[in-house]
Amino acid sequence: MMVSIKELSKEEYLLKGHIACAGCGPAIALRLLFKALGNKVILVIPACCSSVIPGPFPYTSFAVPVQNMLFEATGATASGVVAALRRRGVKDVTVVGWAGDGGTFDIGIQALSGAAERETDFIYICYDNEAYGNTGIQRSGATPYGAWTTTTPTGKKERKKDLAFIIAAHRIPYVATACPSYPMDFIKKLRKAKEIEGTKFIHILAPCTTAWRYDTSKTVEIGRLAVQTGMWALFEIEYGKFQLNPPSSRLIDKAKRKPVKTYLTSQGRFRKLSEDDVKKIQKWVDEDWERYHKLSSNSVSDLGLYGKI
Amino acid sequence: MAQTVVDTANHIVAIATKAARVQVIAAYPITPQTSIVERIAELVESGELDAEYIRVESEHSAMAACIGAAAGGVRTFTATAAHGLVLMHEALHWAAGSRLPIVMPVVNRSLGPGWNIWADTTDSMSQRDTGWIQFYCADNQEVFDTIIQAYKLCENEQVLLPAMICLEAFILSHTYMPVKIPDQEKIDDFLPPYKPGWVLDINNPLSHGNIVSPDWYMEFRYMMEEAMENAKRLIPEIDQEYSEYFGFERRGLIEKYKCEDADLLLLTMGTIGSEAKVAVDNLRKEGLKVGSARVRVFRPFPKEEIRNLAENVQMFSVIDRGISFGMEGFLAEEIKASLCNQKDRPLIAGFVAGLGGRDVTFKTVEKIAEKSSKWMRAGRVEKETVWVDLRE
Repeated sequence: MMVSIKELSKEEYLLKGHIACAGCGPAIALRLLFKALGNKVILVIPACCSSVIPGPFPYTSFAVPVQNMLFEATGATASGVVAALRRRGVKDVTVVGWAGDGGTFDIGIQALSGAAERETDFIYICYDNEAYGNTGIQRSGATPYGAWTTTTPTGKKERKKDLAFIIAAHRIPYVATACPSYPMDFIKKLRKAKEIEGTKFIHILAPCTTAWRYDTSKTVEIGRLAVQTGMWALFEIEYGKFQLNPPSSRLIDKAKRKPVKTYLTSQGRFRKLSEDDVKKIQKWVDEDWERYHKLSSNSVSDLGLYGKI
Repeated sequence: MAQTVVDTANHIVAIATKAARVQVIAAYPITPQTSIVERIAELVESGELDAEYIRVESEHSAMAACIGAAAGGVRTFTATAAHGLVLMHEALHWAAGSRLPIVMPVVNRSLGPGWNIWADTTDSMSQRDTGWIQFYCADNQEVFDTIIQAYKLCENEQVLLPAMICLEAFILSHTYMPVKIPDQEKIDDFLPPYKPGWVLDINNPLSHGNIVSPDWYMEFRYMMEEAMENAKRLIPEIDQEYSEYFGFERRGLIEKYKCEDADLLLLTMGTIGSEAKVAVDNLRKEGLKVGSARVRVFRPFPKEEIRNLAENVQMFSVIDRGISFGMEGFLAEEIKASLCNQKDRPLIAGFVAGLGGRDVTFKTVEKIAEKSSKWMRAGRVEKETVWVDLRE
């Protein structure tokens, strides 16, 4: 299923006048979400930047129905919406949970886990800017090692959770990662997810100019660097089968990946990292890629989450 | 013809969800609510109840799923108790503020520590400021009737608030009593399908619950207060309509028993009200002019009726199966507040009894009445709050 820029709709459902920061990665991702799915979408949005982005009552810049919801409750609320639509016989409407990393990795992981285990038919998208951005950049379970936040002023001492694999362990039919710097990849994944019945989880790395401390013009570039250095890998786990997607699929050979230092030095949040820290991060990234390599070889691509039929 | 069944209040709740043609149920098990969700599962899986049943992973998620479903435009139900209810607390505010007519039986149970699964109303009383309508029931028939009436009330466009139907653990939840179940056709007539004012609809894309600045927030909250006042007016009307339609007993906001000529009134909630009626009969044989007023509706609070009751009596004795620490029983507190601007107030004494499921029988109530009557004759309340049957 090829997707090209030309065939995308010119309609916008994230309307002008929204109040996202200049260079907001999540806002780019939101726009792409609508480009991929159109307006036959009901959004469930917990407390996060996206509950502020549309602006205050009596205005909104979302041209689709939205259920704003409590921080930890996206998965459960979406379950209710899906049940109501089924009851009312409404078809061809996709329910999308659209939550930040705090609302997904931390406070909302229970409700997401429950919704996935119940095989709720919806797409859950975590737009991950690796901190509690809306409350002023506090550390979350998604904040990477060494990153400055207001609650880790000397840098975070722990690593980020491997969320995509945690969710994949729920044996849901579709898990994918994406980044708005690769719009066609993201759109393709959304369209694929829409056609699959059950719980679909898409994890987007969404660069945040405010929290990551880089110039507002560099959002797309930073996202690309994350992928090119292997700090972020684009992959899919479809019915338990792992597959890297381009350009990540061309980066298995370490020589093809840029050093993580290029990514780390591009952002102010990593400015306190020592040389040792950088080496440590490079080692962890290389280990992750060994795992991706193993999973990408045909013999082990199956995570064994689905029984053989 | 109404059919009479003999069953526990919890099973009667399940029958009521079917009678009300509930469309989405989201629930999580907790003692002593469990036989509600078990019986509903049987009804759904046998096809007797045509509904979606979401077996959520917590009570917080139960309420969140109900909010999603109700916003999606369908009749929605959950049930809980004690710790489950207080875990929901945040979502209770969200449900009421979203103006969604969710109906939820609460099996009143104590809160730990220590673990105790028996009757106590502190769980629901501590949710009194969430914007939910609260009913307290005295028998299984009332549980059934109130659930049907609550959907009618909550879905009224002048109300659009959720409601808790409170029933005490074991005393009602697991006790068999005869209950008249009206014919389904008549129930359908009384309670037509839910017609939501607004739903999540791609053809009319509205944002529910987005940011509201200080410039608007108060107006939304004032509308909730107006809705509560409307509910206070509509509850007796719906109660009357129901009783006339099905030939059942009327209960009103406050169930009054021999209040007309009483000098001393026993004010209660829930099953203690039934014990109070027995006590009233016994005490009247001994010449004490006593009556009973059981408060059925705690939110909206029937201030005006309390004032009317206070006009011709010398004393109110208020019995609470719950405690607001550092103050007194919840009902005692509200009754005093309701009377603060009245010129001639009766004496008011508060009695805290039956916490954590300790028995409160008619004998307990008689003891309370006898102590009260002594104070009434002396014209002075010796102790503002008495803990009944407390170990010395």
